Amino acid sequence: MTIARTLDDACAALAEHPQARLLAGGTDLMVGVNRGQVGLDHVVVLDRVDELRAWHRTGDDLLLGAGLTYADLGRGDLPGLLPALAQAARTVGSPQIRNAGTLGGNLATASPAGDTLPVLAALDATVLLRSATGSRELPLAGFVTGVKQNALEPDELIEAVRVPVLDGPQEFLKVGTRNAMVISVVSLALVVDRGGRGVRVGLGSVAPVPLRAAEAEAHLADHVGWDDGSPPAPDAVDRFVELVAGAARPIDDHRGSADYRRHAVGVLARRALHRAFPGGDR
Amino acid sequence: MSADPYVLRVNGRDHEVPDAHLGESLLWVLRERLGLPGSKNACEEGECGSCSVQVDGELVCSCLVLAASAVGREVITIEGLAPDGELADVQRAFVEAGAVQCGFCTPGLLMAVDTLLDADPSPDELTVREAISGNLCRCTGYGRILAAVEIAADLRREAS
Ligand SMILES: Cc1cc2nc3c(=O)[nH]c(=O)nc-3n(C[C@H](O)[C@H](O)[C@H](O)COP(=O)(O)OP(=O)(O)OC[C@H]3O[C@@H](n4cnc5c(N)ncnc54)[C@H](O)[C@@H]3O)c2cc1C
Repeated sequence: MTIARTLDDACAALAEHPQARLLAGGTDLMVGVNRGQVGLDHVVVLDRVDELRAWHRTGDDLLLGAGLTYADLGRGDLPGLLPALAQAARTVGSPQIRNAGTLGGNLATASPAGDTLPVLAALDATVLLRSATGSRELPLAGFVTGVKQNALEPDELIEAVRVPVLDGPQEFLKVGTRNAMVISVVSLALVVDRGGRGVRVGLGSVAPVPLRAAEAEAHLADHVGWDDGSPPAPDAVDRFVELVAGAARPIDDHRGSADYRRHAVGVLARRALHRAFPGGDR
Repeated sequence: MSADPYVLRVNGRDHEVPDAHLGESLLWVLRERLGLPGSKNACEEGECGSCSVQVDGELVCSCLVLAASAVGREVITIEGLAPDGELADVQRAFVEAGAVQCGFCTPGLLMAVDTLLDADPSPDELTVREAISGNLCRCTGYGRILAAVEIAADLRREAS
């Protein structure tokens, strides 16, 4: 086992032990270990790498260290800068899980139900990867390649995620069986970019990978009163909801049917839009 | 794969952990190797909270902590809440309110409530509900647990 203190330590250990498993908060990995589904040969422990648990603002971008926990995402200035990400973090698991689980772990696990993923999709996030031999960047869509599949090479780790600071309201909503400790049946992030006069919508749990509702976004851009912030007219809202539901590619599983998910994601779309542009007809 | 022997600091004491296997959780090591069975083992997947402990002051599920990765951390378990054998404030409050039925969830809940009151001496009910949302109790219906937290908060404020 390697308890890394710096990113270089961690990368060197990965280079030396190609079979090594990275361990951050353990909230995904240890479940598999406890069930005997994941064997450990060498472990590289990341939770003492200070560089990974930090965030920085550079101009209009934020660099979020992969080791930030959900509790971190809800603390200090971050909720003001990234409201939707903070909201998503607040819905994850329980206090125990939020104290341990990390942004990087959520990305690497790449579950269709990962709650940060629709937010990162809506923000057009970039994932920064690093190994002993170099670093590279991938757009989120290039990083999450399928159900629990990602583009990491065996010697690579996620160093950080880059997202923009946008001017405008943001919402994250999820449907589950209760408020705490629940895996999303569907989730949706809506972020408004007043500067770019656009609204971006990320969808979770309705496809193998996080999706954007591109048609719905394009439609909405023409129907928001950008100069006075007035909400879209009711028929434009209905069309938006229809387009969001149409963008979903859900399946039937034990958590919900495809039909239910398509319906529910439309409900979330309407609710998020109403919250972002209050005053309009629901 | 076996791990090199390591030392865990639990409830203010160093404990040598020889002959461990790499994949052992902190919960397992506490219960089976260090003779500290107060943290309960139920789901082993972070859902029930009955194994909750504090690691460097933060509430976590010990079943999801790789034991060997906790070297150099301060671990506090339920056994460490009342080191002198006298009940801690949260324990007295749970007894007084009748918040203990089968008792299986109680150690985890006590750790959660202790952590909460350290951070927020006068939590409102919503805050309390959120703070214990990771601890399942199948007996009480939570009413008496919420009452116990109120009593514990009073006791702690009086003592400080
Ligand atoms: C009870 C419970 C409730 C949960 N609720 C939710 C929920 O509501 N929403 C949700 O989205 N998730 C939930 N999860 C899943 C989990 O908490 C998250 O996916 C979390 O973000 C995982 O992060 P971690 O740091 O714990 O990862 P770990 O378990 O440490 O690692 C997970 C995987 O990521 C890899 N990894 C970790 N860090 C890096 C890195 N920097 N670079 C490359 N690879 C890395 C590891 O090698 C491993 O393969 C829950 C889990 C539990 C146990």
